[in-house]
Amino acid sequence: MMDGPDDSTVILGDENRKPGRSETVDLTDNSLMVDISDALSEKDKVKFTVHTKTTLPEFHKPEFLVVRQHEEFVWLHDRFEEIEEYAGYIIPPAPPRPDFDASREKLQKLGEGEGTMTKEEFNKMKQELEAEYLATFKKTVAMHEVFLCRLANHPVFRNDHNFRVFLEYDQDLCVRGKNKMEVLGGFMKSFTKTTDEFLLSATVKDVNDFFEKEKNFLIDYHTHLKDATAKADRMTKRHKDVADSYIKISTGLVQLSTIDNSDLEKFLTKVAETFEKARKIEGRVASDEDLKLSDTLRYYMRDSFAAKRLLYRRLRCLANYENANRNLEKARAKNKDVHAAELAQQQACEKFEQMSDKGKEELMDFKTRRVAAFRKNLVDLAELELKHAKAQVQLLKNSLAALKEE
Amino acid sequence: MADDREPPPLFNNVEIDQRDDDNEDLFSSAIDVDVGVLDGDGQGPFNGTSEAPKLHLSQLEKECGDQFIEVTVTEPQKLGEGMGAYVAYKVITKTNMPIFRKRSFSVMRRFSDFLGLHDKLVEKYLRMGRIIPPAPEKSVIGMTKIKMSNQAEQGSSAEFVEKRRASLERYLNRTAAHPILGVDPDFREFLETDMELPKATNTSALSGAGVMRLFNKVGETVNKITYKMDESDPEEQQWFEEKTQQIENLDTQLRKLHASVETLVLHRKDLALLTSAFAKSAAMLSNCEEHTSLSRALSQLAEVEEKVEALHNEQANADFSVLCELLKDYIALIGAIKEVFHERVKVYQNWQHSQQMLNKRREQKAKLELSGKPDKGNQASVEVVEWEAKVDRGQEEFDNISKMIKKEMERFEVNRVKDFKAIIIQYLENLMTHQQQLIKYWEAFLPEAKAIA
Repeated sequence: MMDGPDDSTVILGDENRKPGRSETVDLTDNSLMVDISDALSEKDKVKFTVHTKTTLPEFHKPEFLVVRQHEEFVWLHDRFEEIEEYAGYIIPPAPPRPDFDASREKLQKLGEGEGTMTKEEFNKMKQELEAEYLATFKKTVAMHEVFLCRLANHPVFRNDHNFRVFLEYDQDLCVRGKNKMEVLGGFMKSFTKTTDEFLLSATVKDVNDFFEKEKNFLIDYHTHLKDATAKADRMTKRHKDVADSYIKISTGLVQLSTIDNSDLEKFLTKVAETFEKARKIEGRVASDEDLKLSDTLRYYMRDSFAAKRLLYRRLRCLANYENANRNLEKARAKNKDVHAAELAQQQACEKFEQMSDKGKEELMDFKTRRVAAFRKNLVDLAELELKHAKAQVQLLKNSLAALKEE
Repeated sequence: MADDREPPPLFNNVEIDQRDDDNEDLFSSAIDVDVGVLDGDGQGPFNGTSEAPKLHLSQLEKECGDQFIEVTVTEPQKLGEGMGAYVAYKVITKTNMPIFRKRSFSVMRRFSDFLGLHDKLVEKYLRMGRIIPPAPEKSVIGMTKIKMSNQAEQGSSAEFVEKRRASLERYLNRTAAHPILGVDPDFREFLETDMELPKATNTSALSGAGVMRLFNKVGETVNKITYKMDESDPEEQQWFEEKTQQIENLDTQLRKLHASVETLVLHRKDLALLTSAFAKSAAMLSNCEEHTSLSRALSQLAEVEEKVEALHNEQANADFSVLCELLKDYIALIGAIKEVFHERVKVYQNWQHSQQMLNKRREQKAKLELSGKPDKGNQASVEVVEWEAKVDRGQEEFDNISKMIKKEMERFEVNRVKDFKAIIIQYLENLMTHQQQLIKYWEAFLPEAKAIA
């Protein structure tokens, strides 16, 4: 009897721990659960504490923690990309680098302008910036977590050796940041990859209509997603600016009321309060738009890019298959190394067919995931916009009633 | 009225002419509430406590409840061509005041006519201590846009004309609301006379008078900073010194607030543009999306964002035209107040100057009497009497202008409170309406989002 309540609190504890968990987590299979239980921001770096709970025998312990930095996540992603076996899958996109530059810049500007504003105004703006910083921080944690969860829930990826090392190995993975040469090399590689893909798509016509259509769709879709993400970002940023400009107005009204010795004093103080409350609501609108709209677009922009990569790998595979066919014909014509050529051709054929099957599954899955995510986030967005607009109306109604009484 | 160089007698003449105003005072006592306080010789020190304005406001409403005058400025038309082009506005007046010939009438006026009207009112009333509502500012950039633009380039010049039209309307209504200025013959002529007014060339920035104005302004600024008044009545002096400080503070705070609201307007306008860009992007995304119901939802999202953009624009315009312009008007009014305070300083200087001249003449007279030159002594006596009269007039003028300023300041305070309350409430109601619109848009979108299958 005494155990009962304990058990239930443990279960509750788990569910309540991460309200922002992504919808891709499979709640029915608890054999490998990964989350980021803590994160520390240090100067330039963010240190994520990756927490794993598992019933799988391959791991040394049922529960353990490691500390990882962003570069190590990227390393893990790159390993997946390299492995031939996974060529037929969509590799979950790596999380974006934690970027606090904007927040830092704003904080610096605020510090420089401290002399020109009142203490209250300065404190308010500082609070706002700190909240912004915290929000950016939470977001980067969430994005790193989603990446790991997708891997943990994938029937094939979760068994990957590198993944296990990432989760378990309690030392640094010695993944040093890329130096200049490597970064340049990286650029060159991705550039040649892109030209490769371009050439491939131009010369290798797909035998399968489905894939041809998907390829064209994804190229277009990715471009539009990229554009929409950028525009959504700019819009939400400006929205935040509008909210923040209420701060100065509120301060100005307070100062006006201070020097006033008439009826206006109380009136203006109330109006200043209204502006302050309105600002908070407006600020939340901006951050909710950012979370539900911009982030969804951003995530699927990356995912669609990963899907594109899958298609190109498949096209390369097709090119190899066609090569193998040609070699076989040549070999048969010369009657030299026929068996080896046959073997190679068979392998290439198998590989290609496997990729096609797997690829089709992955693409269908991508579509389902995408539609579900958009649905959830668009509904959330609309509901939040409504909630905030209603709050504003209520706030203004109350204020107007109080002000008209004066 | 920049010239201080003329000797006192000229001012006295002008003043005598203005005595008509006292008659007008009596005539318009129905609207001019402060008759009770002023009472001919202004019994007792005027205390200007915070009780007084409230009393006056209710009296004001009671006594002029059925008198009204409303001016609208509309239908801007571009006339003329090239550098001589200008905009003419239709000024429509609706009133039930018997002093006007009709109850409803309209005339065409151009911008320089408004400036000319303002100049005339300043000439007549500033010396008396009245606060004269300032006319909208000239704008070289704005006017050049008008002159240079052809039919095709409506955009920014249309915006400029609209801003100007609105500020001209506010200017006329503020002047009309003044119990004395509102029935002034020049003002009435401006509203009523269905003829082109003689061109007010002195208002042009590059005219001879314009340059003189500039000179005088500079000289006066120096004067303003350095002159310290030593008045006979310490309470009065304190009142004026305190008021001057209050006005300065108000000026500073209003300017700051105005700058903050301008920033808000800019950001909101930018937000509108960016929202529109996003809407277009979402529409393109919807076109390329292969899943039908998601595609439809995305296109609906694009539509909602377009409507939101329009809302943002409207809100930004309201931010500007309601809030921003109110603040700007009051900053300009404070300028007019400072002018009238300064005028009082000049009147004081004038009085002191007479006093000094009187003292000199007395000394001279004494000297001449001692040195025994009777004819010159007589001449000196005559002069002493003359200057004594001037000193008396100077003092009277100073007392009058002080009283008048106090009266005007009271009225200003009452109106300021009324204006700010009314306009801020209007602004908040506007804000609320927009939020209610937002609710409608998102409520319409929600089922579309839920319909994604």
